[in-house]
Amino acid sequence: MGRTIKLKKGFDIKIVGSPKEEILTNFTSTTFSVKPTDFKGLSPIPKVTVAVGDEVKAGDTIFFDKKRPEIKHASPVSGEIVDIKRGDRRAIAEIVILADGKQVYKDLGSINPSTASRADLVQFLLDSGCWPFLRQRPFNLIAEVGETPKNIFVSGFDTSPLAPNLAYAVKENANDLATGFEVLKKLSGGKVHYNTGPGQSAPSLSGVEVNSFSGPHPAGNVGIQIHHLDPINKGDIVWTINVQDVVALGRAVQGRFDTERLISVGGSVKQTGYVRTYMGASVADIAKSNLSADNVRIISGNPLTGTGIGKEGHIGFFDNGISVLDEGNQYELFGWLIPSYARPSLSRSFPGFLRPNKQYKVNTNTNGEPRAFVNTGLYQRVLPMDLYPMQLLKSILYNDFDQMEGLGIYEVVEEDLAICEFVCPSKTRMQEILAQGMDAVIEQG
Amino acid sequence: MQFLRNQLDAIEEKVKDNKYLHTTFDAIHTFLYKPNHVSKASGGVHIHDGMDLKRTMFMVVVAMQLALLFGMWNIGHQHYAAYGVNAGLGDAMFTKFLYGMFQMLPLIVVANLVGLGIEFIFAAKRGHAVEEGFLVSGMLIPLIMPPAVPLWMVALATAFAVIIGKEAFGGTGMNPLNIALLARVFVFFAYPTEISGDIVWVDYAPNFINNILGLGVPAGAALADTFSGATPLALAAKGGWSNVLTQYSVSEMFWGTIPGSIGETCKPAIILGALMLIGMGIASWRIMLSMIIGAAVMGFLLNIGGEFISVSMLKLPEANPFFAVPWYYHYIMGSFFFAMAFMATDPVTAAQTNTGKWIYGFMIGVCGIIVRVMNPAYPEGWMLAILFCNVFAPLIDNYVIQSNIKRRLARGH
Repeated sequence: MGRTIKLKKGFDIKIVGSPKEEILTNFTSTTFSVKPTDFKGLSPIPKVTVAVGDEVKAGDTIFFDKKRPEIKHASPVSGEIVDIKRGDRRAIAEIVILADGKQVYKDLGSINPSTASRADLVQFLLDSGCWPFLRQRPFNLIAEVGETPKNIFVSGFDTSPLAPNLAYAVKENANDLATGFEVLKKLSGGKVHYNTGPGQSAPSLSGVEVNSFSGPHPAGNVGIQIHHLDPINKGDIVWTINVQDVVALGRAVQGRFDTERLISVGGSVKQTGYVRTYMGASVADIAKSNLSADNVRIISGNPLTGTGIGKEGHIGFFDNGISVLDEGNQYELFGWLIPSYARPSLSRSFPGFLRPNKQYKVNTNTNGEPRAFVNTGLYQRVLPMDLYPMQLLKSILYNDFDQMEGLGIYEVVEEDLAICEFVCPSKTRMQEILAQGMDAVIEQG
Repeated sequence: MQFLRNQLDAIEEKVKDNKYLHTTFDAIHTFLYKPNHVSKASGGVHIHDGMDLKRTMFMVVVAMQLALLFGMWNIGHQHYAAYGVNAGLGDAMFTKFLYGMFQMLPLIVVANLVGLGIEFIFAAKRGHAVEEGFLVSGMLIPLIMPPAVPLWMVALATAFAVIIGKEAFGGTGMNPLNIALLARVFVFFAYPTEISGDIVWVDYAPNFINNILGLGVPAGAALADTFSGATPLALAAKGGWSNVLTQYSVSEMFWGTIPGSIGETCKPAIILGALMLIGMGIASWRIMLSMIIGAAVMGFLLNIGGEFISVSMLKLPEANPFFAVPWYYHYIMGSFFFAMAFMATDPVTAAQTNTGKWIYGFMIGVCGIIVRVMNPAYPEGWMLAILFCNVFAPLIDNYVIQSNIKRRLARGH
């Protein structure tokens, strides 16, 4: 039996355009991509096993990391490799596949996760291209093949602004989800936790701890949930996986690398909703006909942690939605004092706190300039963890590894501090600083 | 509005090569316009809270305005009352306010010109933007000065506080000590006669503006017979609570129609400001509450142990009458509330952890009463208590942080 945990700290950012629960059938993606840059810790130039012009099936390996060649990265669709984009210093930025529309799957064979040995199952997942779905904490790296995690955690809901309703997204895939959890149970050295949100009916999954969480954002972040269920100590390794990817695991063991999923579309668009597509889909079609303005930013993921991908871009490997925000590159006369439009804020110096359910039209303006840390206590108010975020970030800035470890760098990844970055009146780039700190610790070994 | 925008763009084009001019332009520009900066597209949050440091600081300045307005009137009131002219509270209210305003304005102008001038120069030298921290200091410094303080002293004190107290450590957010208190403590130790004793708390002589306008009682007039410029604290130090009551009633001390530093006297105005800051979540209620508790505890201990401490411990011939001042009256004498609302809560120099804030506020409350009551040389304790605890704040935080670290490590075993 799982636990019920009510969190109080945090802040829900309410934005106009949260995805409506309906399937948008008028958008299709013709190209799909996998971006090596989505994987933390991957070599910048992985070994690409395909060339432009090659035909691939869904599930065919398209690249692997030379440091960890056993982990295969697969194509989400069948079609033709049309582009291998390179970024800085010839790093592989993106491998683009033009879908043929027939969606032919590579035959993976099948394996019964309940009866197979763990080693066989691991080998199957590595070959199938599913392994990169599994991420390891500390640091959100692709799971280490030789490790057995202490526990595996899956968050069944997302409290970020404009985030998809994950319960809705996996509603029709209950069987594949259950099979996926069978896989996780075999992989975990301890428990498998499935954390559901408020009002979500808990599925009956035998052998899985189904916990119920409630509270404002970031209650839906798996990092926060881990902190409250079974925190990560020095030397611990736990794995996490997105719930739609658990569905993909469930399908893989039945024979095919099928990443079909619902991608939410929210924010400054004419029609919000969900698009049924595959991992890494292009947003070009949505950008062409569904934007309500021209000066917008298309973000793969949510406005707190996502990545701007442009109007021709592809959705990231771990993202379940796209958010469209108006660009805020305008001056505003006395905007810091007398705002000309309402904006979300934790601060009660704005009248917004009187209307807690108001939804705001937001833009990407930073609403101020970067400053030194001045405000204190604000970050603890929005972070439901026994952790001092400002002190942790300062320890990163002055490069004190003992402090970073003591203050909990193993317990957080970028997304967990995103809400602190949002409220920071000094506009500190907290996720960037944390990423630097994590890189430094990884490098230290 | 587009006209203003175009003019600013044109000016920016002209000043962009001179770093001093450009810094100045930039500071004025960001005051007029919220910049058009957008969040980085490649990572980090794409949306930001509407709150920024400028707005935070400005709200603190707003919270001080009632105390400032009352302080202006009270300068005038004390001035006229000293000469026995218009001595009633309701008499010539507007004249008193005007008089006080014109006495006060040069103080505000000098503190800000000097402080901001130094900020601008340092910002230009460092290639930084001018940060907003001095907005608050520039308002606080005039409010914590005695009304008749010479302007050159304010200029010198402000320069000292900003250069040695802040810029030497790296600017806004880096200073270990409260800037405004540092300015005051500079005057206090460098020119003690200007900021202690019985005669400095009333502005006797009109300044040049008031002379031109013909406001105030001209120099040379005789003081009223009943008048004494002594503050309640000075009276209490001499003869205890009964001595205070010979001059001032409890309600006078509460409402603030008494001599003192400009902003400190009117308790309701300060409390309203404090409530505003707490309501907006800008100042820490933990520090304020624990400071109230600290002062109560220490005041109460002195009440019950006055005899013992004076005679047995300090070897005084008899009990210090100040010890016996009821602990709850300590709040309305002197600058307790002002120090609590605007000084102790300065987030940069206070403890930064929530547990630390409780300890920090409590320590200030205790130390402030000790300095106020037990040290005959210092009539008021909050300035020194807060500066003292500023120094301790990092240590307090360090213990809180270490205990968090230990808790995390212990969990692993």
